[in-house]
Amino acid sequence: MLIYSITAGLLFGFYFSLVGLGLNLVFGVMRIVNLAHGSFLMLGAFLAYLLFSGSGINPVYSAGLAFALFMLFGLPLYYLIVPRLLSSKNPEMLSLIFFFGMAQLIEAIASIEFGPTERSLPGRALGEGPVQILGQSFPGSWVITAGICALAVVLVYFYLYRTRLGAATRAVMIDRAEAQASGIDVHRTSAIAFGISLGLAATAGVMAPFMIGSITPAMGEGINVAAFAVIVIGTLGNPLGAVFGGLIYGVSLMLMQNYLSSWADLLPNLLLIAILLVRPSGLLGRKVRYA
Amino acid sequence: MRKEIRDTLFILVPVIAAFYYLPSIYSNQLLFFNFIVFLVLAQGVNIIYGFTGYLPFGYVGFFGAGAYGFSLPVMHFHLSALPALGTAAGAAILLALLLTPLLRLSGAYFAIANLAAAMAAFQIVSNPNLTDITKGPYGISLSGVFAPDFAYGVAVAILAFTLLTVIFLRNSRFGLALQAIREDSVTAGMAGVDVVRMRTLAWLLSALVAGLAGGVFAWYVSVFYPETVFSTSFSIFAIVFALFGGVATIAGPILGVIILYGTYNTIGITEPQYFQLIYGALIMGLVLFLPDGLVSLFKRWGVNVP
Repeated sequence: MLIYSITAGLLFGFYFSLVGLGLNLVFGVMRIVNLAHGSFLMLGAFLAYLLFSGSGINPVYSAGLAFALFMLFGLPLYYLIVPRLLSSKNPEMLSLIFFFGMAQLIEAIASIEFGPTERSLPGRALGEGPVQILGQSFPGSWVITAGICALAVVLVYFYLYRTRLGAATRAVMIDRAEAQASGIDVHRTSAIAFGISLGLAATAGVMAPFMIGSITPAMGEGINVAAFAVIVIGTLGNPLGAVFGGLIYGVSLMLMQNYLSSWADLLPNLLLIAILLVRPSGLLGRKVRYA
Repeated sequence: MRKEIRDTLFILVPVIAAFYYLPSIYSNQLLFFNFIVFLVLAQGVNIIYGFTGYLPFGYVGFFGAGAYGFSLPVMHFHLSALPALGTAAGAAILLALLLTPLLRLSGAYFAIANLAAAMAAFQIVSNPNLTDITKGPYGISLSGVFAPDFAYGVAVAILAFTLLTVIFLRNSRFGLALQAIREDSVTAGMAGVDVVRMRTLAWLLSALVAGLAGGVFAWYVSVFYPETVFSTSFSIFAIVFALFGGVATIAGPILGVIILYGTYNTIGITEPQYFQLIYGALIMGLVLFLPDGLVSLFKRWGVNVP
């Protein structure tokens, strides 16, 4: 039971790393909390559902497609709104309210389009029978999802630490003004980071039916809290901290579900509040508290 | 004439008189009751967000705490309605005290932690394991104290209390101190403002009015589910109304509720998604084009709005 919980927790942990990764990238680069993150994830989930139930496309391919599609959507979206938000007199608060409004808008469009019914994808859509790990058996879809998420995380790492644009992105994270002064095209770098973030959210959304359960237009809000909990446990603004946060989150979620199942829904909320109060800089982080 | 008296005469008295007499002219009392609830909630958001800058995404938590703070004593101990309103206020204050450490966080951190707190409160109240105490997800029914006319009158009184609080904040040194904290807490502290005590007081006041609103809501409707009184749309509506009108003023949130909630009711609420759509777009438009609300237009034209 304990081994099962911990192993399943690690599989889920990779998934939640992906959920938090995009949010953390945007926060790191733009100091903006994208409250519409969960809504983009929800759109990705519906994309996977439509592609699978409509034309039987394997979600693994949908994941790639969702990434490309949402990334392309994110680039113009960035130029349309973010520079304007960043130049306002209180960017942090106004962008929070702005993306909150956007989340409402997306959720409303989705519920007009798809209705409030719960939908789900069968686990066999992704993979065949159970997989044995450490003598325990897990659904194949979990293992494949964890694999895809791990791959996505590695790709983001590669982008940030092995490419020129990634180095520029990290420079913007450290100091926006100084990056601009040394000739980095801050808006282009940020726009790409924003696009990648939406792409990652949609990819995580494609996998959501296998890890989170049935999908509804209103699922975004709970996801936001989970994603925020993940990146706060890791470190705000450090994309790879999300991996650490995701693993801790996944393991504690599984332990809760197996030992205290009826209270498991409380976990993300309480974990988030507790970490914010005790160590707001995250478990890996430096000091960031203001007040 | 002193400003408090002027604001009381020209804003509080007409609003209260209107809500007191309107049900006898147009008999849809429930409609006016909902207006009152949203006026109180929008002003409550105004107290905490407008004056201190803390954005409470989970403001509905206090409303829900008030509703359950009212219902549980009535259900288990057959308390009568007015003392139960006291316990409703007590429950909201208790929750606020529990959450005061959140005030150490700033900006987005506070907003999201507050949202998480409200969701946690909902999950605890609606947990099936607590069915014996809270009726869990099955909802509350309070037929014993059902008295809509009386409850409506009390709601009007709660609205008057809330407006008085905001008038006081708008015109007093206390309100000025809060706004100083909002602009720069370190400088305010240097200038001799007791930052921690002031913002805690504002937080508790804001929770108190939401708790009273929740209590009187539970009393008025008598039958409700936990997802009704913890519904995020209460937070959304209250924040949108306050922002639309303009925070840190007395008239702003009132204008916001009357215009927006008025439209909401005129068009009809058969399709709530469409309102979510409109409000979502409205929030985005406000942030981009009118971040200080409707009253800032008047200020631009040189008219001072109280």
